[in-house]
Amino acid sequence: MNLSRTARATLWATLAGGLAVIYVPLLVVLLNSFNADRTFGWPPAGFTLRWWEAAWNSTGVRDALWTSIQAGLGATAIALVLGTMVAFAIQRHSFFGRDAVSLLIILPIALPGIVTGIALNNAFRTVLEPFGVGLGMFTVIVGHATFCVVTVYNNVLARLRRTGTSLEEASADLGADAFTTFRLVTFPMMRSALLAGGLLAFALSFDEIIVTTFTAGAGVKTLPLWIFENLFRPNQAPVVNVVAAALIVLSVVPIYLAQRLSGGEASTR
Amino acid sequence: MTRTLRRRLAAFLHRHAGVRLSLLLSAPMLWLGVAYLGALAALLVSALWSTDTFTGNLVKEVTWVNFQELLTVEVYRTIALRSVGVAAAVTLIDLVIAFPMAFAMAKLAPPRAQRWLVIAVLTPLWASYLVKAYAWRVMLSADGVLGWGYGLTATIVTLSYLWLPYMILPIYAGLERLPNSLLEAAGDLGARGGRTFRTVVWPLAFPAVIAGSVFTFSLSLGDYITVKIVGGRSQLIGNVVYDNIGAANNLPFAAAVATVPVLIMLVYLAAVRRTGALENL
Repeated sequence: MNLSRTARATLWATLAGGLAVIYVPLLVVLLNSFNADRTFGWPPAGFTLRWWEAAWNSTGVRDALWTSIQAGLGATAIALVLGTMVAFAIQRHSFFGRDAVSLLIILPIALPGIVTGIALNNAFRTVLEPFGVGLGMFTVIVGHATFCVVTVYNNVLARLRRTGTSLEEASADLGADAFTTFRLVTFPMMRSALLAGGLLAFALSFDEIIVTTFTAGAGVKTLPLWIFENLFRPNQAPVVNVVAAALIVLSVVPIYLAQRLSGGEASTR
Repeated sequence: MTRTLRRRLAAFLHRHAGVRLSLLLSAPMLWLGVAYLGALAALLVSALWSTDTFTGNLVKEVTWVNFQELLTVEVYRTIALRSVGVAAAVTLIDLVIAFPMAFAMAKLAPPRAQRWLVIAVLTPLWASYLVKAYAWRVMLSADGVLGWGYGLTATIVTLSYLWLPYMILPIYAGLERLPNSLLEAAGDLGARGGRTFRTVVWPLAFPAVIAGSVFTFSLSLGDYITVKIVGGRSQLIGNVVYDNIGAANNLPFAAAVATVPVLIMLVYLAAVRRTGALENL
């Protein structure tokens, strides 16, 4: 391609500048978590580990973290089951309304979060409350699972498309029944897709705030809810900042795992 | 005994694909088809109800009063237009930044570096949404690194930052599929960079651009958290919905307002459907 030298330089500069813009705010949060100044005056006057210690000892942070993990695990478990079932139905069968079903799976993340949030809030309050089930952990998990199904669905569907049915047919020809085939052939083939989908589902749930706002009752406080609540309290600012910094550091973990998953796959094939 | 039962069940399932399909679809359809769609439908219906101004109770009679208020009251029209303006501005800013970045990634960077560049763009997506909005709150605050203060501009900047990777990745994928030979052919025929871009790159990458814009536009349109964090006193559609659910306890009106972003998105999707971009999502 005939690109002038200035055009090339401009493109490279935009790439470098864009990446810098993506990472600088995150680095500022990381740096500020050690900033000795309570109001994050810039540049930092000195550095301290005090805020990390305060965050570690904060019961509010610990409870919120535990709540988020529980909600994430619950939603992921449901999403794994439902997402796998739909993916099998869509990929292995053809039926009337198949496109509508695949659209339905995407709907909860395609609609603005606040629409899903108030729809579920309204439904929970009218349907569940007469039975004495108030808003709480259960409704949070239900809400999160609703929009987490799509991540598992996408991963399993892609895997099923790639693997085809020949191995399962071979297993059936050798006399294995449907359950044995699933246990020994189908499931092992899908394991890494389930892991990747589950990881995404957990991350999605762990980060979610809008649907959570409308499905959590007074007693349930996930980590995003805790952060949002304390964001506007000046005396909590250093602790909020440490939690934010810790979450930035932790976000490398799923990337690493995803790379390991895809890397391992390439080497076994 | 249980063994033969299991084999017979397996054989039965093997023979009856319809039963297999209904079993597979049962739980997901109950969840998403009945419960979730039902909740959405109920929300739509309640947009046609009203609340008693004295008691705050629901009046379950069909009325268009919420939509009338939405269309006639000046404030709501302003907020709706402002939200669309913010979403459009964010989409435009992201496009201007993302396209050259994606182009450099897909066509200039050596193949080994491409993988790392994609990871570099993907990684911040895993960092919490709230943390990123918070980072901008700290940077924009009066004594922060940038110190620009809060407001509508701060909202647009922060939203553009949040959704930038959602624009880069589809465009990158689209440009990667674009064969280099086409660019070389254009060059051999004497076209310079600008002309190649206008006549070859842009038309072929356009569906990918649309795919990215669906993300940036819809994510900006429904947002109310970022506005609360860096928006100062400005309001978007999401805030109106939120305030009517919480403080005002007026579910019917909130439901009516919530249909606005959904309708705008449907119009947008219908408009871009012809470009074939939706198969790229």
